[in-house]
Amino acid sequence: MEKYLNIDHVSIEFPTANGPFKALDNVNLKIGKGEFVSIIGHSGCGKSTVMNIVGGLYQATEGGVILQGKEVNEPGPDRAIVFQNHSLFPWLTAYENVEIAVKSVFKGKKSKQEMKNWINHNIELVHMSHAKDKLPAELSGGMKQRIGIARALAMEPKVLLMDEPFGALDALTRAHLQDSLMEIQSDLNNTVIMITHDVDEAVLLSDKIVMMTNGPAATIGEVLEVNLDRPRKRLDLSDDIEYNHYRSKVIHFLHDLHAKKVA
Amino acid sequence: MKDKIINSLELSGFTWFIPLVKLVAGEPPKQQLQELMKMVGIPMLAILIFLGMWHVGAAKVVTSLGQVPGPVQVWEQASNLIDEHYVEREKEVKFHERQDVRNAKKLAKNPDAVIKVRSYTGKETFFDQILTSLWTVFVGFLIASIIAIPIGVVSGLSNTLYSALNPLIQIFKPISPLAWLPIVTMVVSAVYVSDDPMFAKAFVTSAITVTLCSLWPTLINTAVGVSSIDRDLINVGRVLRLNYVTTVIKIVIPSSIPMIFTGLRISLGIGWMVLIAAEMLAQNPGLGKFIWDEFQNGSSASLGRIMVAVITIGILGFMLDRVMLMMQKFFSYDKNSVIR
Repeated sequence: MEKYLNIDHVSIEFPTANGPFKALDNVNLKIGKGEFVSIIGHSGCGKSTVMNIVGGLYQATEGGVILQGKEVNEPGPDRAIVFQNHSLFPWLTAYENVEIAVKSVFKGKKSKQEMKNWINHNIELVHMSHAKDKLPAELSGGMKQRIGIARALAMEPKVLLMDEPFGALDALTRAHLQDSLMEIQSDLNNTVIMITHDVDEAVLLSDKIVMMTNGPAATIGEVLEVNLDRPRKRLDLSDDIEYNHYRSKVIHFLHDLHAKKVA
Repeated sequence: MKDKIINSLELSGFTWFIPLVKLVAGEPPKQQLQELMKMVGIPMLAILIFLGMWHVGAAKVVTSLGQVPGPVQVWEQASNLIDEHYVEREKEVKFHERQDVRNAKKLAKNPDAVIKVRSYTGKETFFDQILTSLWTVFVGFLIASIIAIPIGVVSGLSNTLYSALNPLIQIFKPISPLAWLPIVTMVVSAVYVSDDPMFAKAFVTSAITVTLCSLWPTLINTAVGVSSIDRDLINVGRVLRLNYVTTVIKIVIPSSIPMIFTGLRISLGIGWMVLIAAEMLAQNPGLGKFIWDEFQNGSSASLGRIMVAVITIGILGFMLDRVMLMMQKFFSYDKNSVIR
């Protein structure tokens, strides 16, 4: 597979009062087009930092990110981000929240009617058409995150970045959204990087799980290829030997790290 | 219909009338009467107690202008002021009638005669003075807002600019209007020179003094509101590659509207307080000048008339605050937030 996104020897240092703090050290990751990659690790290991570098919000101190042969070092709609706390504009309705993205990305490329259809299409994709004229404050946490995803998808990103997208949701809502995401993923075949700390979520959704060591100077500890057939069904998988094998591998990795940290 | 009325009452802050509306609409009367008792009865009682204490207390103090007026005397003076207003208006009408008749006669005699139309120069009534005060505070407040909001936005977005401006803001903020006034007066006299001035100097001086004092709360609140925007919202803007101006218009201002309005409300309140002092010294023909003139006049009615002005200032200040509150609620995206 031609490597689509290349995170190439990335290190980052943050200046602090006690000298520079090295958060990431030599992170190397190649991601193919259409791959769904999860990054998992303990809190504070720099998972979000990796994503923010890919998103262009942070600049790597060493190394860089190459997307389709071009280095990226500033934010842009080709790497849309779904934030943990949905980050919808509270004064705009669900529709308008998607609209603001579509209007700025497709200005001059789509006609008014095309934009309108495209907005509605993306809202439909996350099953939110019934509430598109509501303000975020009137929506539940899960619905807000659906709109957040719709907004990101509507930018037609080359890479979709998700920073613990379901972290703030209750278990049931989370499961619903994971199913929706898998469904969308099978349709659109996006390239996705998702940060998570939920082992089940990582195994269920990913083609590849990237496990990070603890910071400071965190780096990639192990990469696990998940070769489960799609479409994956959460209920069938719960008794699946292979699934549980992947799951226990991730848990062991995290547990060993934790044990090291305590010791 | 009922909900609509209740909604608009809530928005305008006249929550007292809500039980009344519900009562008329036929909701359980007992509950609504209780509610009415709580919302109207208790404040009414407090006002009555206050009036009683005022009445008793005032009778005990005798000044060189006579007894300090109690509520009854103040009420008399209030109706006097209203009567004077109508008398003055009548005089004005008569003046114009006489002038018109005179001019018509002149023209009848000689069609080429040059006629003069003079405007009426009688003294301002209490209501004219109220309008002058409101207009002056509005102009001063408007200038302050036009200056303060953009500076607040820009300095809220840039830490460097904020730390540059902060010491200046902190030093200028506590300055009393009375300290500014002589300087403003001199500067206005020197700079605002024109043969046919659009505004009176006293008006300009008062308005600018209001501006100087009501600038700061808006500026500080705007800056704080802007700098406390959720970083993620700004990041969404960065992902969309919005430019600076678009970011400000689409993201920064909408999200800091509640804080901006909090600042505007404080500013208008301060502006209204400052205005009275400024008008006294600058002799701008508003409520401040009214009080000063009555004080200098020193008749037995003066204290009563001053008290009418004092109460008027209070009521108008309250109404101005309500107007701002209404606008704040109208523009704020979070309609459910409790704003007092």
